[in-house]
Amino acid sequence: MNDERIRGEAPGRVQGAPTRDGQSAGGSAVLRADGLGKRYGRRWALSDCTLTIPAGHVVGLVGPNGAGKTTLLQLAVGLVAPTAGTVTVLGGRPAEGPAQLARVGFVAQDTPTYAGLSIADHLRFGARLNHRWDGDAARRRIEQLGLDPRQRAGKLSGGQRAQLALTLAVAKRPELLILDEPVASLDPLARREFLANLLEVAADQRVSVVLSSHLVADLDRVCDYVVVLATSRVQVAGTIETLLATHFRLTGTGRGEPPADQQIIEAHRTARTSTFVVRADAAPGDPAWTVEPVTLEEVVLAYMKQAHGAGDERAARAEARA
Amino acid sequence: MAGAALAIVAVALAFTGPHLVHLYDTTVAPCATNGDCPTATAAFLRTDRTLRTWLGILVLVLPGIIGVFWGAPLVARELEDGTYRLAWTQSVTRTRWLAVKLGVVGAASVAVTGLLSLAVTWWASPLDHAAANRFGTFGQRDLVPLAYALFAFMLGVTIGALLRRTLPAMAITLVAFVAVRLFATSWLRPRLLAPTQLTHALDPNRTGLGSSVSGLSGLLRGHLPAANLQPEPPDIPGAWIYSTRIVDGRGHALTSQVVKADCPALAELNGPHPSGSRVAGPVPEEARQGLANCVTKVGATYHELVTYQPASRYWTFQWYETAIFLAAALILAGAGLWVVRRRLP
Repeated sequence: MNDERIRGEAPGRVQGAPTRDGQSAGGSAVLRADGLGKRYGRRWALSDCTLTIPAGHVVGLVGPNGAGKTTLLQLAVGLVAPTAGTVTVLGGRPAEGPAQLARVGFVAQDTPTYAGLSIADHLRFGARLNHRWDGDAARRRIEQLGLDPRQRAGKLSGGQRAQLALTLAVAKRPELLILDEPVASLDPLARREFLANLLEVAADQRVSVVLSSHLVADLDRVCDYVVVLATSRVQVAGTIETLLATHFRLTGTGRGEPPADQQIIEAHRTARTSTFVVRADAAPGDPAWTVEPVTLEEVVLAYMKQAHGAGDERAARAEARA
Repeated sequence: MAGAALAIVAVALAFTGPHLVHLYDTTVAPCATNGDCPTATAAFLRTDRTLRTWLGILVLVLPGIIGVFWGAPLVARELEDGTYRLAWTQSVTRTRWLAVKLGVVGAASVAVTGLLSLAVTWWASPLDHAAANRFGTFGQRDLVPLAYALFAFMLGVTIGALLRRTLPAMAITLVAFVAVRLFATSWLRPRLLAPTQLTHALDPNRTGLGSSVSGLSGLLRGHLPAANLQPEPPDIPGAWIYSTRIVDGRGHALTSQVVKADCPALAELNGPHPSGSRVAGPVPEEARQGLANCVTKVGATYHELVTYQPASRYWTFQWYETAIFLAAALILAGAGLWVVRRRLP
């Protein structure tokens, strides 16, 4: 039913094609936001966010600090209610009822746990609050991690606490796993371990994953789909494969502009040369330009810079009017 | 921990309780036949006086402790530590999550306070019976402590959910609970039932002369008001006496001017003592006779009016106040649920 609606809205698009607004055709959406906004007091933490995240991916939500990643994810799990617009997750309203809550696993930023409770207590807590709880899997995971179930959560290292939080989120057997900056505070080794673990879970349980990060390197390792969120808007979204196949770096002499069918994301001009990061369906054949592939990090940074510039321009225009 | 503390109290009561019953049965119960009731009762009431006082205080403060330590942190700590993001993303709606917590911890609050109140009420029953002042220990016995405890708990939860910080919530809960209890005790309770009135003629043997400073302004003015006739409090066992006044047929209170006019001889008695000493000596016979004459004279137009609640209404008051605090607790529980569901985070 959901599939029909999405196909109907975006006919004829190739699956996974990168789009400016993040609308991606085909497959079912795990998350759809439409004009979504959240205001705290007078400050908009997220405004006019429209995006669709397809199912069956490990999705990286990347953006600078303050872009609204945490707000978007908290809206998706129903921890906060939207001020404007709508958000649907797996076709339902976030936190609408026990059934909807059971379908979404969530690991919050800084992986909160009860410091005074032991790991075993946390597993009992999970068993009592989740009707689809898989206690055996949870215990097995704790064992594999080499953790003592009698250990208090307050005494765990950051990495161990993150693993406990992931265990709780996974053992409820969700269809979608949402993680908010799960590795931001971990050392490189714990970070690598956690992400490897996460990939294993995603593959074993065939669960869709959305995780946010402000570090592109993390995403490159585990994600196959990226959403760039900056100034609370989706800058670009698509599979990493597609993003890399449709973005190029062009270097040319002089101050010329690249061919018109190329969309300039980032421009860097000196007196002698001009360098552009552009988006195009195919590599430009113009011999006047040197064409090079770009890395994911370059693409993401280019979009973030562009958004930043646009934001500055908007602010400047607003100031000029005032 | 609460269970351990309760167990200690229970053991202390179990050891001293039977002794109190025995003492009552051997001294106060047969006092009518022995003809020494006032002395026997007074002596009995001195037994375990400190323990009785402290047990009363314990029953009084336990609801406040529950509100501060169980109620206030319940939601506030989740918000402060960020664990609400874990708790509210499990497969249970946050309304249900809170409802279950309110039910379980609320029931525990009622159970702990109920057991303590039951134990103290049982232990103190010989003393309370001898003291014949049930309204004096109203908030420390029987049913009302349970309702106070549930109210304090819900108050703490709701204040915690509103403030979102544990320590301020604990402080505000304590202040609010004490304020509500004081208000209920001093303003609300006397108005729950219309008091009964009793009139009788002035008794020269039970009426004295004195002056009382009323209020802070009188104290600040630094002089005593003129002397007036003052009846002794009537002996109505177990009653809650609001006031004992001398009034005329139309309900006007006896003034010191009337006393002065009716009994000119009393003015001298009321003057400053010649030696300036305030040591009370035996009252001279002529003075006593003068006062008796005065009372008889005033008694021709004035009588004594006692406003009180009879002892038989004790349980009506217990049920009323219990119902009021339980209703307030329910309203607070609803408010807490609404805040958690609609206003947070």
